Amino acid sequence: MPAFCRDCLTIQANQPRCTNCGSPRMKAHDELFDLSVAHMDCDAFYASVEKRDNPELAAKPVIIGGGKRGVVSTACYVARIRGVRSAMPMFQALKLCPDAVVIKPRMSAYAEVSRQIRAMMEELTPAIEPLSLDEAFMDLSGTRKLHGAPPAVMLARLVKRMKDELGVTGSIGLSHNKFLAKVASDLDKPRGFSVIGKAETADFLFDKPVRLIWGIGPAAQESLDRAGIRTFSDLLRWDRRDLGARFGQMGDRLWHLARGEDRRRVSANSPMKSISNETTFFEDTGNADILDGHLWRMAEKVADRAKAKSLAGRVVTLKLKRANHATLTRRQSLRDATQMADTIYRVARALMDQLGDQGPYRLLGCGISDLVPEAQADLSGDLLDPGAQQRAKAERATDAIREKFGSDAILKGRALR
Amino acid sequence: MKISIERGTLLKAVAQAQSVVERRNTIPILANVLIEAEGDQVQFRATDLDIEVVDKAPAQVERAGATTVAATTLHEIVRKLPDGALVTLNADSAAGRLTVEAGRSNFSLATLPREDFPVMASSEYQSNFSANAAVLRRLFDKSKFAISTEETRYYLNGVYMHVSDGEDGKVLRCVATDGHRLARIDADLPAGVADMPGVIVPRKTVGELRKLLDDDEMDIAVSVSETKIRFATPDIVLTSKVIDGTFPDYTRVIPMGNTRRLEVDATEFAQAVDRVATVSSERSRAVKLQLEEDRLILSVNAPDSGAAEEELAVAYGDERLEIGFNAKYLLEIASQVDRENAVFMFNSSGDPTLMREGNDQSAVYVVMPMRV
Repeated sequence: MPAFCRDCLTIQANQPRCTNCGSPRMKAHDELFDLSVAHMDCDAFYASVEKRDNPELAAKPVIIGGGKRGVVSTACYVARIRGVRSAMPMFQALKLCPDAVVIKPRMSAYAEVSRQIRAMMEELTPAIEPLSLDEAFMDLSGTRKLHGAPPAVMLARLVKRMKDELGVTGSIGLSHNKFLAKVASDLDKPRGFSVIGKAETADFLFDKPVRLIWGIGPAAQESLDRAGIRTFSDLLRWDRRDLGARFGQMGDRLWHLARGEDRRRVSANSPMKSISNETTFFEDTGNADILDGHLWRMAEKVADRAKAKSLAGRVVTLKLKRANHATLTRRQSLRDATQMADTIYRVARALMDQLGDQGPYRLLGCGISDLVPEAQADLSGDLLDPGAQQRAKAERATDAIREKFGSDAILKGRALR
Repeated sequence: MKISIERGTLLKAVAQAQSVVERRNTIPILANVLIEAEGDQVQFRATDLDIEVVDKAPAQVERAGATTVAATTLHEIVRKLPDGALVTLNADSAAGRLTVEAGRSNFSLATLPREDFPVMASSEYQSNFSANAAVLRRLFDKSKFAISTEETRYYLNGVYMHVSDGEDGKVLRCVATDGHRLARIDADLPAGVADMPGVIVPRKTVGELRKLLDDDEMDIAVSVSETKIRFATPDIVLTSKVIDGTFPDYTRVIPMGNTRRLEVDATEFAQAVDRVATVSSERSRAVKLQLEEDRLILSVNAPDSGAAEEELAVAYGDERLEIGFNAKYLLEIASQVDRENAVFMFNSSGDPTLMREGNDQSAVYVVMPMRV
């Protein structure tokens, strides 16, 4: 059975310890050197970066997240032992782990490490599909001759370099498609290396719950539950046409996934689908003025990002989360795509007004989607709003001033609410 | 209830009913049509709670009574029956079934009790007048293309019908706009209209109303209150809520001061716009108009898919002008012109443009330009 040592990277016969360096971290699998689609997921990424930069934290439980009101964005493995999970409300996390060190996210530091990891991945293959700062798909098909080593060894080398040179650890999932690679990377965290081969795919999936599928959230889970589908074996009993009829596009995808098939390619430049921003308030509020201030700031952030990427959106979305965590979302299609904060704000504000008074709310967000290049945006004015063109000019002038003198150089009064 | 009715008559009434009922609704009775038989006629009533239509038809009534049944199912059945068939509807209230018989076909449909059927509350109408079908048809047909579908500005989701000041005195006026184009259509004031409150007639009502207006000779009885509008022919009564909102002040939007005048054959113009727009791949389909003395060059330049250009001989005597429009909007307003040349009045490439038919001020269109 093909095998290699994950520490010294030598290929050898499978045995409990490496004959070269004595490490117990051997990896063996029948298809180990044939598989080439991988998913790399950093282990507690934000927390690892913080621990690296401040060695005093090494043995302490560390939680990355915003303020008392926020949610846990990352918990280190020490905190995880105490039951802290990401996306858990902060107060709950602190109840489980009162001595935790809570750190506000330093996105720029994480982005920097992410760039360094990305550079290392680029040495392996051009087919990289980042999902976020700390995880990415890689397709190493056909690189064996180039690197002089099979993909599995190169991937083990990547995570070793990440640990040695950047001080962060990651887990690898290696398989024959994206779906299974992503599932695999989660099987043996942290510092894992998991392989799902073609031969065992069907057996592996058989009794697994369908929520394993990336993108099956609570809503999809519920509609699958209603159809009596809990595990992959349930899914296998369904006819392809019936699945299509019941679940639409998702049905066909489910049919393939049930058989461990996923034809999606690892694509380096999967186009951006939406730009959005949201904020959790310091305390719940139903105050229209305060909400209005938040809405403007969110609209401005979305517009700034759209402008930076030379994109515009044809759909404006508003999201509000009530105090009981029920989420309200509303969307409005536009005749003319926009990247202007003024337009995004006005449309989102109209959507918020239509919701009526359902507060207090704990979170507000807005965004744009159905993106197009900016050359196709804001092409025509509104007959009923002759002031819009003036406001658009003012916004462009504001952007120019902020470009020159900093983002705080000029603000709308509404941004101070 | 037991009635016999001619298939064609039944189809017309049921077709009207099924177009009013909401396709997707959570209240079962709203999918039904209420059938009431008495004397020698039968009445079909359907509603979506905003619009109610009542259609009367002659029938042989063997046993008076009433029932409700799914409008779309009944419509599908009647549509598929052979022309000229005599259809018998027999309601068995004890079994909760309606049997539909025609020739050798026999259907049994589930019914819901008539008591559950919501009947729109009658209201006091402030204004009652009679208008010729052809007049109403022109008012709504020429304005409805500009109705907005944007839900956030719900007060634009209809045609604003009101009394206004025209060139020579008061007129009955219909206005619709979505912020990108606007249509303002005037008609002579029918007797008894003067005190009519301005109302916004919803898009769906405009569509249903259209079916009442095919006969040029027909006079339509119109009744208007602040909250409702009713159109009635001897056989059909269409009652609708109006949109509860304020229509924006459209008068300041209409650029009466534009001076650059272009006159062009509307059909030639529309065909040329349609041709050049073919190469555009974008959804907005921008067409550029370049105007110079007696010459109009229409062009589209879509970097990804191609370019097109076409020249038209026109009457234009002002300075050179370049202005862009959404091709669809140009086609829509050009297709409203049916008798004379289209006259466009421009100001600058950033300002709204006005279009009318010859010198006719009774139908005026405004369209917003776009950057090209």
